[in-house]
Amino acid sequence: MSQPMYLDRLDTPLPDRPWKDVLDSTDKSLKQKEKGPWTALSKEEKIALYRLKFNHTYPEMKRPSHEWKTVIGGMFIVFGITGLVVFWQCHYVYPPQPHTFGEEWQAKQIQRMLDMRINPITGFSAQWDYKNKQWK
Amino acid sequence: MSLAKPAMRGLLGKRLRFHLPIAFALSVVAAAAFKYGVTEPRKQAYADFYKQYDATKEFNNMREAGIFESVRPTGK
Repeated sequence: MSQPMYLDRLDTPLPDRPWKDVLDSTDKSLKQKEKGPWTALSKEEKIALYRLKFNHTYPEMKRPSHEWKTVIGGMFIVFGITGLVVFWQCHYVYPPQPHTFGEEWQAKQIQRMLDMRINPITGFSAQWDYKNKQWK
Repeated sequence: MSLAKPAMRGLLGKRLRFHLPIAFALSVVAAAAFKYGVTEPRKQAYADFYKQYDATKEFNNMREAGIFESVRPTGK
């Protein structure tokens, strides 16, 4: 980390060091030519100099990858494993349900709420037809 | 190639001039929608309920249902 590093990053356009550090003789002569006027360089030479300095171009850095498929697939696998764990837990870990969850108790509870006129204007008892004794 | 020089100043002002009127308009719309979608119907529901409300009758119905502890149903 303390040495100059090359990094292809969208937000750092000029990395600490060029891509190719060790230049062979053709690269060295090209670098010498670069010291002169740049109008003397041909198009291929300019591209070669670019490729010496940088690894990927911006479009190459931004190319889409197939990583999302791995991510979504892994996600679903984890969902599946979690589902199995939850199922085992429901069977082996949970205590019996409280008696207040039973059908009879729930019915008696609803009847008592209606008798007490819970939320009679916009809420619970407003949905009950007291004359005909049924839900509206 | 000679590209035009990009805008260097006034970026925040430009953004605010564009977004603030829209934000203001949308906030007003949200408030109006809530007022006329939620609060006005609610006020109307309360008004309608209490127009035909007989407190004594309701009390007696509740008493017969047996929910009170201070007054038992008539006939006990």
